[in-house]
Amino acid sequence: MTDLLWLIPFMPIAGFTVLVLAGSRLPRSVTGTIGTGTVGLSAVVSMLLAAGFGVKGDGYVVTQTLWQWLSVGDFSPRFSLYLDALSLVMVLVITCVGFLIHLYSIGFMKNEEGYSRFFAYMNLFVGSMLVLVLADNLVSLYLGWEGVGLCSYLLIGFWYRDSANGYAARKAFVITRVGDTALAVGLFLLFTNLGTLQIQELMQRAQAEWPAGSKIAVIAAALLLAGAIGKSAQLPLQTWLPDAMAGPTPVSALIHAATMVTAGVYLIARTHVLFTLAPPVQSAIAIIGAATLLLAGLSAFVQRDIKRVLAYSTISQIGYMFLALGVGAWSAALFHFMTHAFFKALLFLGAGAVILAMDHEHDIFKMGGLRSRMPVTFWTFLIGVASLSALPFVTSGFYSKDLILKLAWSSERGSVWLWAAGVAGAFITSLYAFRLLFVVFFGDRLTRAKSDPGISMTAPLVVLAALSVAAGLAALPEPASGRQAIQQFLSGVLPAAHIRDERTPELFLLLIASCASIGGMLAAWLLYVLFPRYAEGLVQTRAGRSVHRLLFTGWGFDRIYDRLFAGPFLWLTRINRDDFIDLVYEGAAWYSGVFHHLLGLTQTGKVRWYAFGIGLGAIITIGIAVFL
Amino acid sequence: MNTPFVIASVVAVVSTLMVITRTNVVHALLYLIVSLLSVSLVFFLLGAPFIAALEIIIYAGAIMVLFVFVVMMLNLGPQSKTQERMWLIPEVWTGPAVLAVILLGELVYIFASTGGITTSGKTVPAGDVGFALFGPYLLGVELASMLLLAGIVGAYHLGRRGNDDEQKEER
Amino acid sequence: MAPVPIEGVLVLAAVLFTLGFAGVLMRRNIIFILMSIEIMLNAAGLAFVVAGSKWGQPDGQVMFIFILVMAGAEVSVGLALVLRLFHRFRSLDADAAGRMKG
Repeated sequence: MTDLLWLIPFMPIAGFTVLVLAGSRLPRSVTGTIGTGTVGLSAVVSMLLAAGFGVKGDGYVVTQTLWQWLSVGDFSPRFSLYLDALSLVMVLVITCVGFLIHLYSIGFMKNEEGYSRFFAYMNLFVGSMLVLVLADNLVSLYLGWEGVGLCSYLLIGFWYRDSANGYAARKAFVITRVGDTALAVGLFLLFTNLGTLQIQELMQRAQAEWPAGSKIAVIAAALLLAGAIGKSAQLPLQTWLPDAMAGPTPVSALIHAATMVTAGVYLIARTHVLFTLAPPVQSAIAIIGAATLLLAGLSAFVQRDIKRVLAYSTISQIGYMFLALGVGAWSAALFHFMTHAFFKALLFLGAGAVILAMDHEHDIFKMGGLRSRMPVTFWTFLIGVASLSALPFVTSGFYSKDLILKLAWSSERGSVWLWAAGVAGAFITSLYAFRLLFVVFFGDRLTRAKSDPGISMTAPLVVLAALSVAAGLAALPEPASGRQAIQQFLSGVLPAAHIRDERTPELFLLLIASCASIGGMLAAWLLYVLFPRYAEGLVQTRAGRSVHRLLFTGWGFDRIYDRLFAGPFLWLTRINRDDFIDLVYEGAAWYSGVFHHLLGLTQTGKVRWYAFGIGLGAIITIGIAVFL
Repeated sequence: MNTPFVIASVVAVVSTLMVITRTNVVHALLYLIVSLLSVSLVFFLLGAPFIAALEIIIYAGAIMVLFVFVVMMLNLGPQSKTQERMWLIPEVWTGPAVLAVILLGELVYIFASTGGITTSGKTVPAGDVGFALFGPYLLGVELASMLLLAGIVGAYHLGRRGNDDEQKEER
Repeated sequence: MAPVPIEGVLVLAAVLFTLGFAGVLMRRNIIFILMSIEIMLNAAGLAFVVAGSKWGQPDGQVMFIFILVMAGAEVSVGLALVLRLFHRFRSLDADAAGRMKG
């Protein structure tokens, strides 16, 4: 059974290969089947392996060596896959959600050109992400990491005829590159200091050789963190994610829910030993997470584009995960990753259905009253919104967010401030999530809209809605340990958070968090359903307008970066345009052109002329040989 | 000095000179045959009777016949003679002649420095040549056969009348 | 048989070779060029034979046979080309084929 592990990343990559080589000649139905089927098979294999895990218990690990690169002395890098509870959770989410998104894409991309190209990229995307999470050493992980970055570039710029999309793709690529460079430097540092990049061995050596808080550990952890920030779109490298909405909606769903942005979370969880050795970096993670979740949440509140709302929401939710990682609540972060994958994929796919029904209209204020036209979309979207805003007890988002908030308060590394930021974030989340729901689905119908899409698009919505609710079951306490099921499952890989004070007022925290999310919902109800005029009036005031603009542009990060980096760089390139180095190359070109003409003159096409040349050469050669 | 050799050399040089200066192709061919015959006499004097025979049979015989056939097929009239004379004006041949004289000077300079050595005077019989050919030089023989085959095929292909590109040219 | 002075034969070969060389350069008629090439090949063969004769070995003669074979092949292809050239240009001028296509 465990021998099948290699199939998981292999299937999507095989699908990619087939589609790239033969895609344009295959009929659309075959293309869609290959694209979706390969990911589906990966999902089936990973479920089989998960069943194996259920039997074997917590510390169970599957490794499979596929091949050895080379063998020089005692340096013999192998290409191996490594599956433990942590990567299993990731693999399950990636393949299952990825499969649903592929299924949805069959309907969504029905009338688009580049159908096979789309599925080829999507398959490669999923394949790269699977390589990333199944890698047993950091180099393979980096391979998947870059593959994901490449695919995000290709897919964000999928509609490449519009230059704005190409710009967004380049922006995503370049900004994540900043983080990737830091990650690469971090890998070099780890290798030179610890002599290996095998993750497990690396963690053991780091623990044995580096004292907690030592300078080298802090630097290495900080570099890895920079990589994670770039990929996961956290402050200050978050600016690419809202623009990444230029791609087709299933791509956004894939980037935001299953792949790409969660790579950073995975990296930190995977190398958590390193981060526990570097307390300052861990605190930085928590602060970055808290700041990001607040700033992005506020930005989400004022966006008009349905997908941008969700994009900022993703940044904000990943901020929660970073907050959890920062306070040492590793498994809570993973839990939130899982629930977030379900409901964010659901929200994006629902948004895609709305966009399709509105003929590619993205502005939420031109929608409205879609509730009766699209009942399936509405109800599933409602579940997604409820889960995102963590409405108490019925939604999975509530359990995962509550776990994070509780540990932000009570863990050794947590504090009241982090908890307060999380609670404020919960209120904002609920506010913008229900604002989206109310504006799009309630109120008066403003334009004509088509009804619900076909079964291939609604089925993924329903499944994801069910998962968004059912994932809360993972929060049920295990009878044996009293811990929650997800924590128990991951306990073999990720240690539990250190609790600072046993007497946590759990009930009180639960109450506050519930109040925050319900309060957000009620505030949205007041502002957007009962008194819509009031919200408009608030924006019309002078202060309101400037605040609105600040939030709308995502706190002006883009402009700051333009001024700080792009401007000086462009200035440098301008003054450097006619540098003397170019003269060298141009001179070389000029001389070769001249020689070309001179040699061309000798090519007269006359046989006797060539014989003359041969004879002259013979005379000169003999002369040199004899007389010198 | 060996008198027959001197006579043969003088005949060879003079007839070769005539070959490259004639305006009539058939005359030139006849002079070339004389030149080849005198060279074959030199071969005989060098103790290579087999090669002398081959020189006459193949060079002066077969190859020259080939030339004659071609000349006949071309069916050149008297106007070709005047054309040849027009082509053989001094400004055309002075340059090559100077070049050739320089080359000759260099070669003679090299060969004259080997003064006093004579050939062994021993006759190498045809049998020795045959043993050498089918012994150490077997590979060379095979390659030569391949070359001849390529020559046959090439000549056949080129010699076919009404080849496609020619027809295209005429149309 | 009286021994022949080796430098005499070599000088003869050199003279024949340069005459052939001059012929190649001087003549525009392509048949003359081919004949001159035959002269040059023959001169080279002569040098081989005299060198073999110096040592009383058959190797020089073997080389001459190879040269003979090559000359035969060259002439057959060369003359076929002459025929083609004449059909196309109605002339034996080697310079007429100066413009190559492609």
